[in-house]
Amino acid sequence: MTDTAAAVNAPSPMEPSMYRVTARDVESHDTVTLTLAPMADALPAPNPGQFFMLWAFGIGEAPISVAGVTADGSIVHTIRAVGAVTDALVALRPGDPVGMRGPYGTSWPVDAAAGADVLVVAGGLGLAPVRPVIDAIAADPSRFRSRRVLIGARTPGALLYPGASARWESQGVAVQRIVDRAGPDWTGPVGLITKLIEQSTLSEHTHAFLCGPEPMMRFSAMALIDQGVPPEQIWVSLERNMHCAYGHCGHCQLGSLFVCRDGPIVSWAAAQAVVRIPQR
Amino acid sequence: MGGSTLTPATLIVERDGLDALIGELRAQHRTVLGPLVRDGVITHGEVTGIDDLPIGWTEQQSGGTYRLQPTGTDEIFAFSTPSESWKRYVHPPRALMLRARREGPAITVETPRPEPEPVAFFGVRSCDLAALGILDRVLLDPEATDPNYAVRRSDIFIVAAGCSTPAATCFCASMQTGPSPTSGFDLSIAELKGSEPLSYLIAAGTERGAEVLGLLPGRSATAADHEHATAVHDQAVAAMHRTLDAADPPRAAAAPEHPQWNDIAERCLACGNCTMVCPTCFCSSVEDTTSLDGNHTDRTRVWDSCFGLDFTHMHGGPTRTSIASRYRHWLLHKLVTWQDQFDSSGCVGCGRCITWCPVGIDLTAEIPKLARAATEVAP
Repeated sequence: MTDTAAAVNAPSPMEPSMYRVTARDVESHDTVTLTLAPMADALPAPNPGQFFMLWAFGIGEAPISVAGVTADGSIVHTIRAVGAVTDALVALRPGDPVGMRGPYGTSWPVDAAAGADVLVVAGGLGLAPVRPVIDAIAADPSRFRSRRVLIGARTPGALLYPGASARWESQGVAVQRIVDRAGPDWTGPVGLITKLIEQSTLSEHTHAFLCGPEPMMRFSAMALIDQGVPPEQIWVSLERNMHCAYGHCGHCQLGSLFVCRDGPIVSWAAAQAVVRIPQR
Repeated sequence: MGGSTLTPATLIVERDGLDALIGELRAQHRTVLGPLVRDGVITHGEVTGIDDLPIGWTEQQSGGTYRLQPTGTDEIFAFSTPSESWKRYVHPPRALMLRARREGPAITVETPRPEPEPVAFFGVRSCDLAALGILDRVLLDPEATDPNYAVRRSDIFIVAAGCSTPAATCFCASMQTGPSPTSGFDLSIAELKGSEPLSYLIAAGTERGAEVLGLLPGRSATAADHEHATAVHDQAVAAMHRTLDAADPPRAAAAPEHPQWNDIAERCLACGNCTMVCPTCFCSSVEDTTSLDGNHTDRTRVWDSCFGLDFTHMHGGPTRTSIASRYRHWLLHKLVTWQDQFDSSGCVGCGRCITWCPVGIDLTAEIPKLARAATEVAP
């Protein structure tokens, strides 16, 4: 039997740490990037791909993936207003408090891709959770055989981090962008991101990191497999309803996975059987 | 529960001995919770002596049906599973997890912990004992511990009671969780059905159980008493007709898109009753409730059900929109993916989900149909 005596004195998994908004960058009409610094003790540093539960006082909590960690240890989150909690988080201003729990979940296995061809495929807001991967590969060119980033968005205005894209390119990363619907100023390609995958040279040496809407990841993974990328080297970031983030509330279950604990980063080899079944 | 160096202790008592047992547990300042008749069912509540127990009552259970019936005897344990399990006492339907207050720019947070309260669970069925063990695996997982569950679980004196009269909905024997308790108790009672005078074989499972046993009026058990208990056990096993073949759930899981799931969905109301009465269903939602002035907030954990449409709600809407997908999730979690997650089945064969389903959906009937259907589509 489990050690009940020790468990009685375990810290509450619901205890938040208080952080403060130190910067707020507007990404689009409904999306902002917040930089959050601890008001007292900092939470453990997150690995790329992990998430925190962000608490808007009086409203509730939402799971938000880490988009970056600054040099001074502040946590960067990009948040889109899609419900009561995210509306409140997006409305925060510098100086406002926010509660944090975490970091939770699995991370992108960037180290395992050393020496390989790295491909990042991001759709829409999905660029935020893979941004730490791109920052990592951009900063360390000698570790990887090649570095390519494909970014898709509905419209040119919805493309996140335009400044960062230019920096990654200057660091030698091949960055390609595609939109579903072009505007008058758009001179790049138009269509689905799978079009860019089909145009890329890929092989069994490719390690792919995919993040975006589930259908986008599904079709991207299938396109990658068609080009010889092993499912074990394709990684996706799954998203499900989460209440507790530590595997007790049950909401995020997807087959055998508790997405909060066994995810969000899962290999396509493990995810495909459940993700491909509708409403699983 | 420790007690590896235990000397086996057994005792034969009569009704006064059981009454003394409840009295002794109360003298230890324990709240004794046990089976009783309330609201037309046998359920659990505080008992102060054997007169509170369902003496002379049994029940008839079948899909969507529960009826109390008199036995015409003095038997105390002639019923099967009480309508509710013990889940509510260790994992309450509603529990405060966090309380926060905002004063100006400052936010203060407390995470309240329940007061440890010594209790005794009296008359725990073997299936329900197994269910407590399953909840322990989920909520006391060293990687993710619920300390509030640990507090509520920390001082429970467990008096188990073997089942002599399984309901028609029971299938614990095929799940290997009953009908007689084998571990996880302080004391275990076997009602020697038909003995004259009606007597009870009590066995200790822990040192503290043995200590309490030593205080009760009774006599030592003979070989004949043990044979009597075995006969009652064997009769109970023989009386159980529902079964669940362990090979079937994985077969059903192999065809998650088979139309047979829709056949169930046409009957299922997605009411969630099965998840509420299930002794192992642990899912909950976490709700923040805030005062009108916006400065006080309470975070509450509330039982939730995977049959609710909101259960999988995300920004784009719910993931499992059809009833078929929600029933499939529940059933396959209970019987298949639970195994992957916690190294055990999530089902103990108590049959409550059958009884309390308003339309009488019976998983022991559905699983073989799904398994058969799956093999028909297999390559």
